Amino acid sequence: MDLRFTDEELKFRDEVRAFIRDNLPDSVRDKLVAGLHTSKDEIVAWQRALNKRGWATPGWPKQWGGTDWSPVQRYIFDSEIQQYPAPQTLAFNVAMVGPVIAQFGNDAQKKTFLPPTANLDIWWCQGFSEPGAGSDLASLKTTAKREGDHYVINGQKTWTTLAQWADWCFVLARTDMQAKKQEGISFILVDMTTPGIEVRPIQTIDGGHEVNEVFFTDVRVPAENLIGEENKGWDYAKFLLGNERTSIARVGVSKERIRRIRQLAAIERDGERPLIEDERFREKVAEVEIALKTLEMTQLRVVSAERNRVKGKPDPASSILKIRGSQIQQATTELLMEVVGPYAMPYRPEEGHGHNEPPVGPDYAAPAVPTYLNWRKISIYGGSNEIQKNILAKAILGL
Amino acid sequence: MDFDFSDEQRMLQDSVDRLLADRYGFQDRVKYLKAAEGFSRDVWAKYAELGILGLPFAEEDGGLGGGPVETMLVMESLGKKLALEPYLATVVMAGGALRYAGSAGQRAALAPQIAEGALIMSLAHSEAQARYNLASVKTTAKKEGDGYVLNGEKTLVLNGDTADKLIVSARVSGAVGDRAGVGLFIVDARAPGVSRRGYPLQDGRRAAEVTLENVKVAAGDVMTTEGGSDVVARVTDEAIAAICAEGAGAMETLTNLTVEYLKTRKQFGVAIGHFQVLQHRAVDMLIATDEARSMAMFATAMASEPDAAERTKAMSAAKAQLCKSARAVGQEGTQLHGGIGMTMEYEGGHFFKRLTLLGILFGDYDHHLRVVARSGGLDSAA
Repeated sequence: MDLRFTDEELKFRDEVRAFIRDNLPDSVRDKLVAGLHTSKDEIVAWQRALNKRGWATPGWPKQWGGTDWSPVQRYIFDSEIQQYPAPQTLAFNVAMVGPVIAQFGNDAQKKTFLPPTANLDIWWCQGFSEPGAGSDLASLKTTAKREGDHYVINGQKTWTTLAQWADWCFVLARTDMQAKKQEGISFILVDMTTPGIEVRPIQTIDGGHEVNEVFFTDVRVPAENLIGEENKGWDYAKFLLGNERTSIARVGVSKERIRRIRQLAAIERDGERPLIEDERFREKVAEVEIALKTLEMTQLRVVSAERNRVKGKPDPASSILKIRGSQIQQATTELLMEVVGPYAMPYRPEEGHGHNEPPVGPDYAAPAVPTYLNWRKISIYGGSNEIQKNILAKAILGL
Repeated sequence: MDFDFSDEQRMLQDSVDRLLADRYGFQDRVKYLKAAEGFSRDVWAKYAELGILGLPFAEEDGGLGGGPVETMLVMESLGKKLALEPYLATVVMAGGALRYAGSAGQRAALAPQIAEGALIMSLAHSEAQARYNLASVKTTAKKEGDGYVLNGEKTLVLNGDTADKLIVSARVSGAVGDRAGVGLFIVDARAPGVSRRGYPLQDGRRAAEVTLENVKVAAGDVMTTEGGSDVVARVTDEAIAAICAEGAGAMETLTNLTVEYLKTRKQFGVAIGHFQVLQHRAVDMLIATDEARSMAMFATAMASEPDAAERTKAMSAAKAQLCKSARAVGQEGTQLHGGIGMTMEYEGGHFFKRLTLLGILFGDYDHHLRVVARSGGLDSAA
């Protein structure tokens, strides 16, 4: 047992650090530090820079742009990106549909889709959840009926993140209406410009527009866009959801948030002294820091055990990372909101809609409540924390 | 970076596990508890045979030259079975003081005896006014001829009633609470002027109140006259790392016992583990146990950190997590067992008691949280 990074690992870390510093515009970093959303162009530019360096898709097979990094290198890379902070690559492309196409797609699909997916020439969105199929995803009702060389898709998807920017959507749809619920589902790639697709925005409680409803009405999709075998889509979806769980804890994100909290707590004054000198406040920060150090150790244990594990089989311990990672990220948003104090209250939508009025309170205060509100999603998406507990109860405790 | 153990380390832990599987059934433990010393001399002798009583001592001092990782593995195994023997007191704490402050002669005289199981030692440091402040030492050491004379009262000396020798901290100079000016002295527990009153702790471990009245210490038994507080701090850091591992072991057993109980106890016609609300609470125990293990590893990795401030801060973070996990696992384990968890005759409650005391030993949650908070926080940089 040696928890220090080796010299090679430290060298790699420095290399990653230098690359980010030399390639990411300060304006993007500043936005992330401030808790603002990055634009589509900024995300695309960053992913292309990473792709040019060969680092956009570390987990993919080597021939399609994977890096062959050790689990520790993967961890270091994610950690550096998160702590800088730099934008993360688009998960729908890099962590979700890319690995599925690489694993289960045919050669033509790999050639058509993988390079533009890595380079973010195609922006993917995820067509999984439906109004009646959330945690119980397999109860989804969207259908894809085979008609000659096409599937005709009808139904409704929801919580579709950034569908307004998406070029393509990977859809789970029912191709066998008679089969048991997991067994009649297929995984189909759909061009978002196909007639019959309508994207309607959902405004979330923070005032933002991240997620959408997507309606499919007689959407005709070439049958060649089916991934793998018909009715095997559930297996591919499980592969997708179990993939790339090692960065799920987002330790680096929380580290960066705590730095921000300390920075603002040194500016904010509580009476005569900066808030950071208040004993109770410091203890609250320390509590989160201890929880985060614990999470980091758990994460590193999972990363370290990774090389002894069968590939493609997720460690159920990643459910612990999801639960605690989400709770700690949420705790940082509470602290940040508490740091900025009363000026957390004014509602100031990010896109000013041409308003030119002087802001109320310091600039840094504006995103505090929206971020707090928005990040409640983290314990809900990707398998809610309650679903993670079900997984742990079954897979580890045998209950 | 890797979390793997070497084959030797794995074998070490296996050998301790095998011994305890053989000698530490719940009923065996009940028997050991009833002994006057509160543990089994027989098992202690077996530890000596395995070599673990000499674990942290250098090979030239008759030890195995083990480090914090080996101590972690042994303590985890002892924790799984709630072992009662004075391993923490003698090997980790007194042994630690001997390693850091003992002269070559003192080490050569005492370490082999500890390793053989022939000598039980305790660190007599805590005092009534100190609470968790390690620098608070009132006991005095006055120079007399070549040696010193000790006067004062030590409290909660782990296994102090059984110890053959004590390592006593006493103030040579300065005021109570000064970090400097504290010495460490080897005292025969049966020397004139030493009186001891032994008693059981809530979890079955034993401790003693020790009174020192004009106790003479020969020059050869003086370990240090100046830097005793730093040595005690260092030893306490190692002891915290050790009990983090012990606690993780105890939590693992209690969680397993609880899950077994959920699978076998039937109510409303089904095993109660069928109920989701109980499943989720069992998962909470699993997570809290896993977190304790993560921080036991962190504490172990940081136990040999030379920078005292960094080391102490890390131990406080680990101990805070231990306190939190121990309380959660202990309480939940008891609740999920229902009435049977409340009874002395069932083993679960004994884990609860050990975990509760581990939460207090060497400083509670608030104490260690404050240490981390006042230090300016854990280093968040990679």
